[in-house]
Amino acid sequence: MRWRALILVSMLAGCATTPPPRASSAGGKTSEIIAIPNDPWPSTYRAYPGVTTVIRNAIVYDGTGKKFSPGAIRLENGKVAEIGTTVTEPVGATIIDATGKYVTPGIIDIHSHLGVYASPQVDALSDGNEATSPARPEVWAEHSVWPQDPGFARALAGGVTTMHVLPGSANLFGGRGTTLKNVYGRNVQDMKFPQAPYSLKMACGENPKRTYGGKGQMPATRMGNIAYARQVWADATAYKRRWDDYTRRAVAGTAKPGDAPRRELANDTLMGVLNGQILIQNHCYRADEMANMISMSHEFGYRITTFHHASESYKIADILKSEAICSAMWADWYGFKMESYDGIRENIALVDHAGACAIVHSDDPNGIQRLNQEAAKAMAAGNRLGLAITPEHAMMWLSLNPARGLGIAARTGSLEPGKMADVVLWNASPFSVYARPEKVWIDGAVIYDWADARRRPVTDFELGQPGAGDPK
Amino acid sequence: MKRLAAILLATLALPTKAATIAIIGGTVATAVGDTVIAGGTVIVRDGRIAAVGAGLPVPPGAMVLDATGKYVTPGLIVGMSTLGIVEVEGVGETDDASARGSPFSAALDIAPAINAASPPIAVNRLGGVTRAIVGPEIGGAIFAGQGAIISLADRPDILMRPRAFQLIELGENGARVAGGSRPAAWLNLRNGFAEAQRYARNPAAFDSGRERDSLIKRLDAAALVPVVEGRIPAVFHAERASDITAILALRREFPQLRIILIGAREAWLVAGEIAAAKVPVITLPLFDLPDAFETLASTRSNVGRLVAAGVKVGLGIFGGDSGAQPRNLPYFAGNSVAQAAVPGGIGLSRGEALATITRVPAQIFGLDDLGTLAPGKRGDVVVWDGDPLELTSAPVAVLIDGVPQSMVSRQTLLRDRYRDLAPGALPLQYPRPTPP
Repeated sequence: MRWRALILVSMLAGCATTPPPRASSAGGKTSEIIAIPNDPWPSTYRAYPGVTTVIRNAIVYDGTGKKFSPGAIRLENGKVAEIGTTVTEPVGATIIDATGKYVTPGIIDIHSHLGVYASPQVDALSDGNEATSPARPEVWAEHSVWPQDPGFARALAGGVTTMHVLPGSANLFGGRGTTLKNVYGRNVQDMKFPQAPYSLKMACGENPKRTYGGKGQMPATRMGNIAYARQVWADATAYKRRWDDYTRRAVAGTAKPGDAPRRELANDTLMGVLNGQILIQNHCYRADEMANMISMSHEFGYRITTFHHASESYKIADILKSEAICSAMWADWYGFKMESYDGIRENIALVDHAGACAIVHSDDPNGIQRLNQEAAKAMAAGNRLGLAITPEHAMMWLSLNPARGLGIAARTGSLEPGKMADVVLWNASPFSVYARPEKVWIDGAVIYDWADARRRPVTDFELGQPGAGDPK
Repeated sequence: MKRLAAILLATLALPTKAATIAIIGGTVATAVGDTVIAGGTVIVRDGRIAAVGAGLPVPPGAMVLDATGKYVTPGLIVGMSTLGIVEVEGVGETDDASARGSPFSAALDIAPAINAASPPIAVNRLGGVTRAIVGPEIGGAIFAGQGAIISLADRPDILMRPRAFQLIELGENGARVAGGSRPAAWLNLRNGFAEAQRYARNPAAFDSGRERDSLIKRLDAAALVPVVEGRIPAVFHAERASDITAILALRREFPQLRIILIGAREAWLVAGEIAAAKVPVITLPLFDLPDAFETLASTRSNVGRLVAAGVKVGLGIFGGDSGAQPRNLPYFAGNSVAQAAVPGGIGLSRGEALATITRVPAQIFGLDDLGTLAPGKRGDVVVWDGDPLELTSAPVAVLIDGVPQSMVSRQTLLRDRYRDLAPGALPLQYPRPTPP
């Protein structure tokens, strides 16, 4: 799964940087082949400067399930250069003695609405649900992101270095999600994780049927949800057929640019899914509904990367394992709506124990600040059940597994040499309630330091307001 | 551990009969001041704490709970919640917290709605919560109604004190339901209190000369009488510092008013005024987002700064995400300890943190025989498998009024049913033996 994601990333990158292919026409002249750009709004994120840094004498959880105690890590040129019980300490490097402290990969939240449901939560900043049609695959969450959301700063102070910002779940097809580096910018492009694949947010269950049933529209029922979504996929399949047909003919030199099908932005996104370039992030709570969504993916030939919320994944953990679908879950949210009624604290641990991919997610501007604490609760619940989950293993729920679910695991999500230096230094075990991040590095730059006000962001919105700059 | 488990199983058979129980060998955090007794003994007799100390003899015939290597605390008290009145927030039939369509306001009384069989009661009891303040939520008026105090015991009669306080919404929520502004909310408030005073002077004359469309009905005015007379507290929800200051000033007009603030995210900006007014605060130490214009100064140092200023602070659930559950109180308290480590942050000591979820909420709501492990108090005792404020700890035994409680909930039953997904002789929906 990781390798497939990696290949997709390089395909996206290639399309963005190479000129469109040209083919010989029958008359010997070349004619342009019209293609749909994969990355028309590219990232302008650039890593901030860092210095070669060695953190030594720490306890290190590397994100792949390994622990180094004592552990050390060297960050160089924005990348993890070395990790082990000790590492080379180059002359001139900044040396941090972390005795009694912990080092982990930056936390990755696969389900955030920061920026699209920003603080303050006033109507004027409520931009997460284009609830005007059950299918809105044409909208992109990044176009709603307000880069002055104070929530990014709070998440950073909780050790979050990467997050996936999704549209809401009012729609069956909510639109594209985007992966961000948790580094403020003047616009969202400045924050975009370079060349991360897009996702398409889908939703099953209560939200779409309530949103549209309440307006007297389809879908008003769960069967309506499925029927509506199947028609959308059938139409997208036809769209893809038209483009595939055109491309085949253009390559053979028998189609002119004017023969290219009309672009439909909604179907562009859906075709991206059918072509394996856009990942499905599927909001779904109940076990039986997840099974329905899996059947639909089989019918139309696409893959679901991750079920989100997934309160009942523990009931079908074996199926999720065989389908290689991740579950992004809360530690203990339950019962706030009917479809979350059967949520249990052992959900994450049982999914993990079955060998399926478990992820701790937030879906919340408060929860994103303490994802490590959610993982701790889930780990403890599993251990009370006798599952013997170590902290270094549970760390994967916060880093490598969400990176897998986002198709960026080859570049971040663990402290392996060559990966982005996205790192958190904690004052205590991250699985303790008493722990807080002291420093956070993103691509090797110190982007947060609890002891240095110059390394703690204050958004434009907060500037001059009561409490601005207070260590929150 | 084995001994404890065996004893618990034995006691589960007689869950309603209190006996003499000796909890021995544990680290006992009494919540009396910051007292922690290593290797302490807690003796519970006839539903009350009989003795607490190191090296106490075990009374003859007492049931012994061996808490060696474990921690012992008072039962947790949540300073606000919807336990027993809300089962599933998104399912209206199970949500009795608010009544937007009701013509009544202050008179609304949640007591008859309390459902001892509501699953969240067991779920939170398993987290060590033994008592709860239960409050209504805002409906169609600033007077949300009368809250109650309950026990989380596994028994049908859990109501301890009905009509224990009135919940009043000011700030942005109050402004919204009052017609769209803070002045409208304040006018509603003064009108309600004035009508209550008029009702109290002469109930029989209350209806004469009143406008037919008066905002306050007779029953609402009657319900506000004990509030303006200070016989029950008025729990005011407000967040912004200026709203809090205005509420404190109300006592100049209504001197008997017993004010409790809830929410109070910007309270730290006026901590001195709140302390001087001897007004307690119910909040959570997690909020740090300017998620409304009335919460711009939110910080996780709020609780620490209030306590440092001498304000009594108890933790309660009011707003927040779906993880804001009473069973998570210890973690919220633990986070306020963590805040002390942040340079420039103000947090609590562990003793102070434990007090915010035991002793202080008991004091705020006048639960004189709860909140600490002291002789004479009710026998609400929790035995934890680790530091009670830690994320990885959980209760192994919960006593309420001296009675060991069942440690089974819908959630443990679901867990046990789905622990093994291997195909069996019958579908999973058929009963399965509980695993060891």
